[in-house]
Amino acid sequence: MRLTQRSGQRLVAGIPTLWLLVLFLIPFVIVFRISFSEVRLAIPPYTPLLSWHHGAPHLEVHWSAYSFLFTDQLYISSYLYSLKVAAVSTLCCLLIGYPMAYAIAHSGSAVRPVLLMLIVLPFWTSFLLRVYAWIGLLNNNGVINNVLLYLGVIHHPLALMQTDFAVYIGIVYSYLPFMILPLYANLEKHDVTLLEAAADLGARPWRAFWRITVPQSLPGIAAGCLLVFIPAVGEYVIPTLLGRTDQLMIGRVLSDEFFENRDWPVASAVAILMLLVLVVPIMWFQRLERRELEAAK
Amino acid sequence: MTANPMSAATPSASPDPAAYVRLARVTKKFGDFTAVDEVSLDIRRGEIFCLLGGSGSGKTTLLRMLAGFERPSAGSVYIDGVDMSTIPPYERPVNMMFQSYALFPHMSVEKNVAFGLEQEGLGRDAIRRQVGEILDIVKMGGYGARKPHQLSGGQRQRVALARALVKRPKLLLLDEPLAALDKKLREHTQFELLNIQQRLGVTFIVVTHDQEEAMTLGQRLGVMNHGKIVQVGTPSDIYESPASRFVADFIGSVNMFEGRVSEEGTGFVRIECGELGCAVRAERAVACGHGTTVWTAIRPEKINISRRPPAAGAAGAENAVRGTVREIAYMGDMSIYLVQIDSGKMLRVTLPNITRGGERPLAREEGVWLSWHGSSPVVLTE
Repeated sequence: MRLTQRSGQRLVAGIPTLWLLVLFLIPFVIVFRISFSEVRLAIPPYTPLLSWHHGAPHLEVHWSAYSFLFTDQLYISSYLYSLKVAAVSTLCCLLIGYPMAYAIAHSGSAVRPVLLMLIVLPFWTSFLLRVYAWIGLLNNNGVINNVLLYLGVIHHPLALMQTDFAVYIGIVYSYLPFMILPLYANLEKHDVTLLEAAADLGARPWRAFWRITVPQSLPGIAAGCLLVFIPAVGEYVIPTLLGRTDQLMIGRVLSDEFFENRDWPVASAVAILMLLVLVVPIMWFQRLERRELEAAK
Repeated sequence: MTANPMSAATPSASPDPAAYVRLARVTKKFGDFTAVDEVSLDIRRGEIFCLLGGSGSGKTTLLRMLAGFERPSAGSVYIDGVDMSTIPPYERPVNMMFQSYALFPHMSVEKNVAFGLEQEGLGRDAIRRQVGEILDIVKMGGYGARKPHQLSGGQRQRVALARALVKRPKLLLLDEPLAALDKKLREHTQFELLNIQQRLGVTFIVVTHDQEEAMTLGQRLGVMNHGKIVQVGTPSDIYESPASRFVADFIGSVNMFEGRVSEEGTGFVRIECGELGCAVRAERAVACGHGTTVWTAIRPEKINISRRPPAAGAAGAENAVRGTVREIAYMGDMSIYLVQIDSGKMLRVTLPNITRGGERPLAREEGVWLSWHGSSPVVLTE
């Protein structure tokens, strides 16, 4: 009995571990290895890290890919631009998503499933298609410009496409559900008597919201922000379709290095550096989560 | 009505000029359900008033209306002469201690207690001093930096009390203040609450379903049933002179018999009780006619139990029945006897265990006489 239970536990924990190992850790190690090599015209298009010379192992580590990232202004500015776009989009998602999540959490039990369904509904259409649809809306002779021209609000079409604004719209629109759902899951658990206690102690509703609801929803805010921020930093499709051509985001740079330049080491170095940049917010999130677990005990 | 004219006086009938809290025909409806039904009540400044009732009796709804979390469907609530109808909870001179304590889990004990003072815009030093003082009063001085989840139930209760008291409210509402504590701690805390109440001179309104808690805490009790206050009085009023069968049965245990008034004299009535198999002479003035159906209630501790019939002329000689002991429950300080009288009805009798050993104790299936003094029975008409 004990034995089968333990082996069952191992099986349950083993499958996802194996999955992560094969599909995440090994590819990561490969990418990590490539980032320390140099380009060469061969298959594969990079120098081996470890080779055999006269029966002895020979380790050949190149830092050139990394040093290249810091010499060419393109990469640094792409990183910074990506971080800025991701941060602004995350903030917009939070400002729009928090009231929505709050409203859903406080809606009647009859409407709530419908509202949640509406949040998830866009996922039923292809992501790519939905981003393409924005081109039709934002174009010089797209829906928005045509309506504004017709109404006489403007006399010349607004240049909406290929701007930061278009990228923000695309990211906020696409990632908003990832902000709303964890926030809703958090806000829905809140104890109403805490707000009553705050009111009883003299706090007006708005203050009670700031002092009680917001601090208690921090784990939800963190989860939502990470779910938006992390994919937004590496976002490729949205900036490619809607964004500027003079300033690339890092996802686009990575893909160009890989497919256009066929510079695998630099592409890998770009990916590794992006990972390092993202480790900081992930660790912050884990700390918050640990704190919440402690408080829930 | 009732045997005792004292307990018959409802507050609405005689407005108390010293009333600090006044409920005037307050009604609260949730859809079709009437939680509180035309309650009128006056509570004096500085007293401890207990609202006692079972679940669903409307006592908590009444308390929430005082705090401002619910608005009366009809009637008004006055605190210190001011109509509270349009005043939101955060502007009322009232604080509440919640049944769940409702401590803010993300704040330390100090921050929890300071919260109310911060809303008043007090300076930092003043806040720190007052928080320190009140934490000392509730004996939580060394726990300021702890978070609520690091405290025991009793400690949380003290913090909740401190948080409500730190604002020096004139009126403190306590929702089942001791329900979450274990028995030993509860007794201890009960006396401490009384102590703090006297020290700070706060008016307490306590909601509880626990009659023992209500009796020891409350200077006056209001017994609630189905949204109405069925009796208001001191604990002894309510225990010794219940106004109705509901109150008699709800507070403590009681032996109750249905009967018919057979004789009305000056200062006494005689009631023919079929269930008891004899007449009961009750030394009470009851405003009811000859032949009306009434109920006689006798508390278990007011029944005397003996092996021999009471001597003629002695107290209780008239009110005596024969029976057989069926069950004995030894409680240490006292024993409970279930005695089946000759008519077949079971009576509950409690006797304090005064001596240690000594006299041969009563045994099961032993024949006994039950008797009581003429002042013991309460005659109830409703």
